[in-house]
Amino acid sequence: MPFSVKLEKRLEPSQTMAYLVPVASFVLALLFGAVLLALAGANPWHTYRAMLEGAFGTPEQWRAGQFYSLTETLVKATPLILAGLGVSIAFRMLFWNIGAEGQLVMGGFAAGAVALWLPPMLPGWPTWTFLPIMVVAGMMGGAFWGLIPAVLKAYLKVNEIITTLMLNYIAILWVQYLYYGPWKDPQGYGFPGTALFPEYTWLPRISGRLHLGFVFGLIAAALIWLVLDHTRWGYEIRLIGENPRAARYAGVSIARNIVLVTCISGGLAGLAGMADVAGISYRLQQGLAVGYGFTAIIVAWLARLNPWAIILVSILLAALLVGGDQIQIVMGLPASTALVLQGAILFFMLGGNIFTSYRLRLVRSVPSLSTSATGE
Amino acid sequence: MEIALFASILTITVRAGTSLMYATIGEIITERAGILNLGVEGMMIMGAVTAFAAAFHSDSAWLGVATAMVVGGLLALIHAFLTITLRADQTVSGLALTIFGTGLASFLGQRLGPDGMPLVGQVGPRFHKVALPVLAEIPVIGLALFHQDVLVYVMYLLVPLAWYILYKTRPGLHLRAIGESPHTADAMGVNVIGLRYLYTVLGGMLVGLGGAHLSLAYTPGWTENLTSGRGWIAIALVIFATWDPARAVIGALLFGGVNAIQFRLQAAGATIPAAFLNMLPYALTIIVLVIITWWEAFRKRVGAPAALGIPYMREERA
Repeated sequence: MPFSVKLEKRLEPSQTMAYLVPVASFVLALLFGAVLLALAGANPWHTYRAMLEGAFGTPEQWRAGQFYSLTETLVKATPLILAGLGVSIAFRMLFWNIGAEGQLVMGGFAAGAVALWLPPMLPGWPTWTFLPIMVVAGMMGGAFWGLIPAVLKAYLKVNEIITTLMLNYIAILWVQYLYYGPWKDPQGYGFPGTALFPEYTWLPRISGRLHLGFVFGLIAAALIWLVLDHTRWGYEIRLIGENPRAARYAGVSIARNIVLVTCISGGLAGLAGMADVAGISYRLQQGLAVGYGFTAIIVAWLARLNPWAIILVSILLAALLVGGDQIQIVMGLPASTALVLQGAILFFMLGGNIFTSYRLRLVRSVPSLSTSATGE
Repeated sequence: MEIALFASILTITVRAGTSLMYATIGEIITERAGILNLGVEGMMIMGAVTAFAAAFHSDSAWLGVATAMVVGGLLALIHAFLTITLRADQTVSGLALTIFGTGLASFLGQRLGPDGMPLVGQVGPRFHKVALPVLAEIPVIGLALFHQDVLVYVMYLLVPLAWYILYKTRPGLHLRAIGESPHTADAMGVNVIGLRYLYTVLGGMLVGLGGAHLSLAYTPGWTENLTSGRGWIAIALVIFATWDPARAVIGALLFGGVNAIQFRLQAAGATIPAAFLNMLPYALTIIVLVIITWWEAFRKRVGAPAALGIPYMREERA
């Protein structure tokens, strides 16, 4: 062979590639999905169009002042933004928090506990105070669920991937137990779910079903951008991830930061759960754990842990989910198409990442050296 | 009465533990080669759905097994290509594989039935229980261990085989070497990249086989979320077993046993809510993991593959 392809390390990661790779990954994933859809006997063009219109609406709907599709996408983006931000700050110090799903559920559980049981205990208490209490409770519920793996990791070096993951299942089973069992609404005609929360504990709505939780997400992104990208503490957290030894020499307490950061991480996921129960369902029921916590991991990673990019990626992936539901309703295609596309985007991006730090070079190999140089 | 109860619990334990054993041994082989593949859940569920679909359409359970192994191997090949050749992050790539596999399995499950209909609720070929002569007549444990389906017996053979190859043969030595010290292995003339590919794919094939046991023998048929986290338990079991196929048996028995006792208690109308029993395997995994990690000296002696999760780059030779 006169030519061979050689990987050459770039001196600096390519900025162009940092933007080009995610876009190209998205396009390639759509192409891959098109092949899959065509094989399944569906018209890819019509399917994607139905997904797009399902997620953002049609121009006719906009002209008529109907933004239902768009607000639905933002509704789904809300937990992704909050949980994605949560996951991202743990990832900054390479703490692999795979437990956002469980932390989200525990946040919803804590907020639900407040909404259901606190008002009867405090009669005559001003009703507007319960919503802020629920916000705090939701964050604490998620933070507590993050605290367990954080302490195990920080002080006993227990692998956090496994612990956070196992805690997901425990949290989901726990909340299921509650709304199927002791917390089940006696007036619910056997429907698994708690009683409706009192109306003053509902998050105010902005438009359609879009609620204040979306604003929480924007505020959280701004705070994280301010604190983690522009303070010494934010730098220390990144240092723990990149070079723990250097962090230790610099006098950074690794154990304390793991616990602190993971609690904030879990707290944000918990807030996502709180926003979901207090903004949408107004009760604990099936549908709280639908995989937002896992999608949040993709969000954080695709956004390269940048808080503003997390908002953008969340909306994009939420659009995929809403669009996926839409093609199930309209075209009878599996909603899991959205998951397949998400996985494919990740694969292409993972593969494409090599171009940011390496460049491909065609090398003309000298015949006499070609066999010995590769050594294979 | 108590003996009968013990025997019936052991029967279910072995059945429930079989898919876990396949997946665990597969992941042990992959991790021994230095590659962490968190995509077990995705490969397993894809193995389960494709095994059932292939068996359903061909009316051959064995063809189902073969399909599951090919599919598991192909999915693992994606992981191998991304992490070995393109040097992508192993954690994220494995997670992507799980998300992708879970989504694709659900997609295929709704399309691969007769005439493009869903597979859910279809009845297809399965592996029936076969009693082994003589062995099945051993008192108490005979029926539990030797009146099982064929894939259980294959697993009985696989465990000692995997152990023997890993510890007593030259290829096994190379496998451990590329996960322990790839640079040394390379200097010895071992093809590190090639073998890492081989063992990642082989591991994926075994994980796929574990999925096939679920849909063709343990709970024949296809339902959404059939694996229900078993792939993740297998990853925990690898650590539990400290990367030793023989020790994995103890772990799989333990986890299979929890499943079996759960079955029993539910059948007996137990007063403990099912939710708490369902939590048990997950809580147990955490507890076991804590104990293993705590026992740092022990762990160092038995040794996790030192180069686990670290991409191998020849030019950056240490």
